[in-house]
Amino acid sequence: MKKLGKIYMALVFLFLYVPIFVLIVFSFNETKSRSVFSGFTLDWYVRLFNNKIIITSLINTIIIAVIASIVSTILGTLAAIGINSMKKVPKAVVMNVTNMPIINPEIVTGVSLMLLFVFFAARMKLEFGFVTLLIAHITFDIPYVILNIMPKFKQMDPHLFEAAQDLGCSPFQAFKKVILPEIMPGVISGFLMAFTYSLDDFVISYFTSGSTSQTLPITIYSMTRRKISPEINALSTIIFVVVVIILIVKNIIETRQAKKNAGYKGA
Amino acid sequence: MKQLKVLSVPYLVWMVIFILVPIIMVAFFAFTNEDGSFTIKHISDVGQYANIFVHSIWLALIATVICLVLAYPIAFIISRMEKHRQGTMMMIVMLPMWMNFLLRTYAWMTLLGNNGIINHLLGMVGLGPYKLINTSGAVVLGMVYNYLPFMILPLYSVMAKIDKSVIEASRDLGCNSVNVLFRVIVPLSLPGITSGITMVFVPAISTFIISRMLGGGSNLLIGDLIEMQFLGNSYNPHLGAAISLVLMVIILVIMTVMNQFSPDDQVLI
Repeated sequence: MKKLGKIYMALVFLFLYVPIFVLIVFSFNETKSRSVFSGFTLDWYVRLFNNKIIITSLINTIIIAVIASIVSTILGTLAAIGINSMKKVPKAVVMNVTNMPIINPEIVTGVSLMLLFVFFAARMKLEFGFVTLLIAHITFDIPYVILNIMPKFKQMDPHLFEAAQDLGCSPFQAFKKVILPEIMPGVISGFLMAFTYSLDDFVISYFTSGSTSQTLPITIYSMTRRKISPEINALSTIIFVVVVIILIVKNIIETRQAKKNAGYKGA
Repeated sequence: MKQLKVLSVPYLVWMVIFILVPIIMVAFFAFTNEDGSFTIKHISDVGQYANIFVHSIWLALIATVICLVLAYPIAFIISRMEKHRQGTMMMIVMLPMWMNFLLRTYAWMTLLGNNGIINHLLGMVGLGPYKLINTSGAVVLGMVYNYLPFMILPLYSVMAKIDKSVIEASRDLGCNSVNVLFRVIVPLSLPGITSGITMVFVPAISTFIISRMLGGGSNLLIGDLIEMQFLGNSYNPHLGAAISLVLMVIILVIMTVMNQFSPDDQVLI
């Protein structure tokens, strides 16, 4: 039975990874053939780095992800603290609306924002591009920040804030020295989640970007629509390697921290 | 704590303008003409596309069932491993999710293509070539491939909490393997099953990329239909809004049904 389980796991992992490895192998293929490996080359990587459209959209993606995740972390953290101190009914209403972009299919969120931007574009000086993309990204990032922080309040004593003020803290000091440290793990995981979602988003960006400002996923999409080029394989390989490195580093840091904590407890 | 409420004001303003108003605009567009007068024409026009709705629901349903069947044993096996191996295994499961889903779908485009590697390998043993890409099967395969980790993750996180001794106790009390599965493990993992189903079904039913890249022209889904009304050649935001509204209602109904099966309201993780 155990053996059977192992074979099954191996098959599913094969299913998950074979397509990615085929992409990687063919990124080194001399010809454009997608089935015969005819010889080794790094040409597609050279072409990739010389491809201006890809490089600009990559930079664009990173700029948007950085700004959107920082703004949404600030807005979301303040919002979570405020929502937490609301009464039951308004709290439930706000949380339900906050959940909407997460529950709704991405295409509906994208389309609804597009309708809003079209409305503004017709009446004010608003053009589809960097600004609309940024607004859209902040909008779908904030809910993830809030949802990461809210559970932290359950572990926190609700009177801590007042206690800090009784002991002479100004409200701002109490916020900085008492509340913020308590919810910090949630703030950080919310920020990271917002950042990765921003980097990765295609559907909502697709509806809100217009033609002037493109993100990497949109560029990838238009590349797959045109003639297939092994440059995409090269790009996939690079992204895969970066992801693997990040995850390994993250794993090492976490195991070290776990060991450290275990050490403290032992001592 | 009351004074802290002010902190949420900037977000509340943002939320109203960029979450609430756009959703209301979708509903407004669905029920109005270009001149702003009320009509139910667009909503009733959605009925013309009933076959596309049925096709989308059907494909998404098949993909969800396949994901559940594939994911359940995986999640269970991982949840019974030693603690430190569980983390590594889940990392291996989730790693493909970090690649953009366009690239993952593109990978299948190259595998399934008429000159793709699968047909090439089959050709070497004298089979084919088969028409693999641009079929409904390819779309379902793309959905399963893209969303399988979404099913494994919630199942695993529920199953990891099932105490080993509960399973042992049921065995001591005379359960055979089948009974252990259906009377202990499945009921205890129900929240994971329902949230896995929603996490696979919702993106699957609303996708337009997978169908476009793997389904060719003959596999239009709801997502394609919406996209065509907004960015395609048949520009009609009113009809697009009406279709989106119907899609939202379908998903709302499914989530409500799913919530009925879930003992608590922890559907989303």
